[in-house]
Amino acid sequence: MSNYRIQGATGEWEVVIGLEVHAQITSNAKLFSGASTAFGSEPNTNVSLVDAAMPGMLPVPNAECVKQAVRTGLAIDAQIHRWSRFDRKNYFYADLPQGYQISQLYHPIVGEGSLTVETDEGEKVIGVERIHIEQDAGKLMHDQHPTMSYVDLNRCGVALMEIVSKPDMRSPAEAGAYMKKLRAILRYVGSCDGNMEQGSMRADVNVSVRKPGAEFGTRTETKNVNSVRFIQQVVEYEARRQVDVIEEGGTIVQETRLFDPDKGVTRSMRSKEDAHDYRYFPDPDLLPLVLTEDFVEECKASLPELPDAKRQRYVDALGITPYNADVITSDVETARWFEALLAAGAEAKAGANWLTSELFGALNRLGKDIGQSPVSPEQAAQLLGLVADGTLSGSLAKQVFEIMLETGDDPARIVEEKGLKQTSDTGAIEAAIAEILSANADKVDQYKDGKEALFGFFVGQTMKAMAGKANPKVVNELLKKALS
Amino acid sequence: MIAARAMSVDSATVRRIASLARIATSDAEVEAMVPELNNILGWIEQLGEVDTSAVQPMTAVIANTLRLRDDVVTDGDIRDRVLANAPAAEHGFFGVPKVIE
Repeated sequence: MSNYRIQGATGEWEVVIGLEVHAQITSNAKLFSGASTAFGSEPNTNVSLVDAAMPGMLPVPNAECVKQAVRTGLAIDAQIHRWSRFDRKNYFYADLPQGYQISQLYHPIVGEGSLTVETDEGEKVIGVERIHIEQDAGKLMHDQHPTMSYVDLNRCGVALMEIVSKPDMRSPAEAGAYMKKLRAILRYVGSCDGNMEQGSMRADVNVSVRKPGAEFGTRTETKNVNSVRFIQQVVEYEARRQVDVIEEGGTIVQETRLFDPDKGVTRSMRSKEDAHDYRYFPDPDLLPLVLTEDFVEECKASLPELPDAKRQRYVDALGITPYNADVITSDVETARWFEALLAAGAEAKAGANWLTSELFGALNRLGKDIGQSPVSPEQAAQLLGLVADGTLSGSLAKQVFEIMLETGDDPARIVEEKGLKQTSDTGAIEAAIAEILSANADKVDQYKDGKEALFGFFVGQTMKAMAGKANPKVVNELLKKALS
Repeated sequence: MIAARAMSVDSATVRRIASLARIATSDAEVEAMVPELNNILGWIEQLGEVDTSAVQPMTAVIANTLRLRDDVVTDGDIRDRVLANAPAAEHGFFGVPKVIE
């Protein structure tokens, strides 16, 4: 239960949110043609005569796209429909030369499922209504010519999954958490790269308001929102706007809106008459899609360990803190990096701490993501090994890590070349201690009179004299002996 | 048996369907088409007299299953052919009358 409320003149209002997420299915070729899906190609070079809707061309579905939709469905515990069908959604627009989008209205491939999100208010299960497969449209550019729009059909026919949630979310935080969790699952499964900047994932945000516990209000749909932050802004803005409209005596019209990220507001799209009369009907070019049990079993067997299960295992079996386990498993790249670190011999808890603090700190500073880390998991495991066997102290390890980030060298080589090895040579440490105690005879007296805080001062002086390379444990022991 | 509800179109409906399909129709054509379409609808409604409650919808006349393709790039890179019939093409794009929502 969310406590998120909008304060209106007539009391508190609750917001009801549903998301329709369009996710580009990761595949080499398009949904119904053999043209490439590569991003950033020259305009109209990834277009076949099928995509250009030349007369007589027939669509043939890509098996990989079907498989990825089924795997995604299985990952959210959804029903997999053994029998599904493609429908035509008819409309005319310059980015869609067929005059219709091939989609699945009546019989989608995936039915009801759910996923669990976590917010500050705790865990919550969000229902998924359905997942269907459909074609993407092309791209229009309006600013290249005074009287013409330019059309690039490279994206036209690329496979999308539309993942439709139930209206189960009640706050911007829940909507954001849902989108993040869905993205994480898609990336684990490998069915979508989750790249929101490149448009691989975008959401239509359905928002309505009601008095807590009352019937659902009329909803608006804000199209093509392409970041988690924007989704939350849309919810906040729309909820406020709708409450104001209703309290001023108006009514909410069911309509399509657009988000303006610069101003943080949504705007009504001028809706043309008939715009929503899509006249869906079964596509006569395509037979029903029938999945065999073997196919579904294969999809099931190919699923990786998913984020929730992985997080639980990290906590239960590896003893990692829930916080660290959450951070590491929230993205598949980080989880893979961490598991490579363990495979290279690092201890789990020390590895998790180091990754979430030292490595993330460094990557943040460098503006890189974990895939671009200058330090490999193997090198990091070596560094942690040098700390574990006492060769390096914590502070020396930080110095070595900084050099690794700059040079990409192995830690053992850096330790050797720069002489950064920590020493447990008691003779050298004792000599340094003797010198410091005689130079600070007054402080030694104060310490012996009971000013025990001075112990830290002696440790600091000794470490300084040893250029930071003395084993702190040995220094402590020898100092205690010398001062007793 | 459910009595078939008589379905018919008027000239306004015909105009709307034509407009959705982007087919230009004159008033005379619309007037001629109304009785034609209503005749066709009448024939189709005769089918409603057959009890089909125990019959599965037929999806194809020959028993066949949907074939799938492998995920391999086998097509594309034919921009000149794709653009060949375009009324306007510039810099590798189709050019269309400016459409801004």
